[in-house]
Amino acid sequence: MKQLLILSGKGGTGKTTIASAFIKLSKAKAYADCDVDAPNLHLITKQNSPPKKTDYYGLPKAEIDIELCIECGQCMQNCRFEAISADGKYKVDPFACEGCGVCELVCPVEAVTLKPAVAGELLLYTDGEKVFSTAQLKMGSGTSGMLVTEVKKQMKSAAADVEFAIIDGSPGIGCPVIASLSGVDMVLIVAEPSISGISDMERIINTAAKFGVKTAVCINKFDTNMQNTEKIENFCKGQGISLLGRIPFDLDAVKAINNGQTIVDIDCASGAAVKAIYSKTMELLFEEGGGLRS
Amino acid sequence: MRIAVLSGKGGTGKTLVSVNLAAAAKISTYIDCDVEEPNGHLFFKPENIQEEEVHVRIPKVDGKLCNGCRKCVDFCKFNALAYIKDKLIIFEDICHSCGGCILLCPEKALTEKEKVIGKIQKGASDQVTVYTGILNTGEPSGIPIIKKLLNENKPERNKTIFIDCPPGSACIVMESIKDADYCILVAEPTLFGVHNLNMVYELVKLFNKPFGVVLNKCLDGENPSEQFCIEKNIKIIGRIPFDSALGMLNSNAEIAVRKSERYRTIFSFLLEAVKKEVHHETTSNS
Amino acid sequence: MKIAIPVDEKTLESNVCVSFGRAPYFLIYDTETKESIFLDNGAAASTGGAGIKAAQTIVDNKVNALLTPRCGENAANVLKSADIKIYKTAGISAKKNIDDFISGKLSLLDEIHPGFHGHGGN
Repeated sequence: MKQLLILSGKGGTGKTTIASAFIKLSKAKAYADCDVDAPNLHLITKQNSPPKKTDYYGLPKAEIDIELCIECGQCMQNCRFEAISADGKYKVDPFACEGCGVCELVCPVEAVTLKPAVAGELLLYTDGEKVFSTAQLKMGSGTSGMLVTEVKKQMKSAAADVEFAIIDGSPGIGCPVIASLSGVDMVLIVAEPSISGISDMERIINTAAKFGVKTAVCINKFDTNMQNTEKIENFCKGQGISLLGRIPFDLDAVKAINNGQTIVDIDCASGAAVKAIYSKTMELLFEEGGGLRS
Repeated sequence: MRIAVLSGKGGTGKTLVSVNLAAAAKISTYIDCDVEEPNGHLFFKPENIQEEEVHVRIPKVDGKLCNGCRKCVDFCKFNALAYIKDKLIIFEDICHSCGGCILLCPEKALTEKEKVIGKIQKGASDQVTVYTGILNTGEPSGIPIIKKLLNENKPERNKTIFIDCPPGSACIVMESIKDADYCILVAEPTLFGVHNLNMVYELVKLFNKPFGVVLNKCLDGENPSEQFCIEKNIKIIGRIPFDSALGMLNSNAEIAVRKSERYRTIFSFLLEAVKKEVHHETTSNS
Repeated sequence: MKIAIPVDEKTLESNVCVSFGRAPYFLIYDTETKESIFLDNGAAASTGGAGIKAAQTIVDNKVNALLTPRCGENAANVLKSADIKIYKTAGISAKKNIDDFISGKLSLLDEIHPGFHGHGGN
């Protein structure tokens, strides 16, 4: 399976808008949303049947049995995460608890146990020939590279014979991004011509380079700041990274999304630009011997 | 008064709103809690910067005392320890600093040392005091930095403080809004925007924080986020119009309030609206 | 010598697992006795540091070489400390990789990816 990952660094650059257009253009039979903190792809790719849901367990959380508790305060003193409070009864704040097990260790009467805790939910849509894998992290759960890995695994096992897959990546530059990068064939970075967008883009490019993944860049809303657009293009030229095109700022794009359509469903300037970028991306992805990965 | 600014996702204008409100307030404190990608300082360009490192405590082993019982290796829920060829190896970037291995070691072979995970910068930009938290790449958690940022400013209740939160609704956001008197949720006028707004809406409700919404990038025509607010009976405290000149200033990391009278007026109005809300909340709660 | 391969199923015909740290099982094959055993990977469900724990298992079983499609830097450090060589698998069949290893067709894994830094779901 050839996997194309779409990343952005900074949020709000239009990553999901472009991913949904690519899914439409390629008639992709497998796709995934790895933005488990704030998944949006499902809002625009139409699903006809309800998903199969699976609970995702993160680290366990401590629980205090107040029947057994002798209120010695050992757990509270030793907790480094300020997760235990004692107004009247001792209790654990599940949002602060990191599941380290120190309280369980120090409790002299075995009143503390670590209990498995659901940290999110995996969703798998299988509509006819299409497989769509996504997830939603529960509020207050940390960023999770592992859930991202599970989303990709779920897509792969449900669509083992599919040749091509599109993955909407996680924002930022942290661990979920690294988890979404692992094993993909190519990364398309959606850059935005702003000072903060450029610094994030550079960090992503460096990370992708460490993985030896083929990387290309396109610039969204390029006309909102020509100076910065040129900066991005010069940076990419300097680094030998393929530039696949510019997408103009387009009010019609907002309208399309709000109508539940992708930007290639309607006749608009941004849609036309994305179509051109799509063909170039496919050329690069399927280029013979082009990748560093074997 | 401590005002936290948050959004379900990056790129909605959280930094735009918090930076410009802090600048419109003239004498204020701006705290950037988005420690993985702090951008506020790019706008404020603060001067006279003082830096302070942020540490966590991690274990170190005395090889002479370690007898290889592996109790620490088995205990560590994060798998930060391994015992290879009669030697204990500690993976510092995996360690969550819980201190369990040190408590557990029967030979007292483990002690703690301090490790730098990032830093706090304090500087001045006109009359705005700018705090920036910066997490070193690869560190597991920015929470110790946020705790330090917020504790440092805790005694100063009477100051006007704006907290630029990390995006999303993870535990790191909870830490950032814990002591806030009021939360501003910034939302975009799209279907995606509504979904992301709903996430932070659930969060502030859970923490029982008074809050209001600022609608950013408003266009003519329908605004799904506005409809959401009306349906849920959420107070809309302000609207920032979509405007390419504002977008241009923002993408060049300029503070709009300091560049144009027009935006100074927009954000001053917004600031007054926020103050009124906070005042209303504090008096109705007392 | 003893070699280890992360596998999806407990058979010699199994596919090589794409992940080292989170593989469900490890196949340990002794090239002299031609014996193979399967170990459950206790690290598979870890939210963080799975590679380290998995590498500890490999070390504890006195393995001399690991055949894997990829390996994170923390796991690689553990294996390196124990002088275990890491080879890159070619193709998906575990059995074929063993044969290829014996006939010297596999090369050392040179791309070690950065770890996920234990960002588990907490």
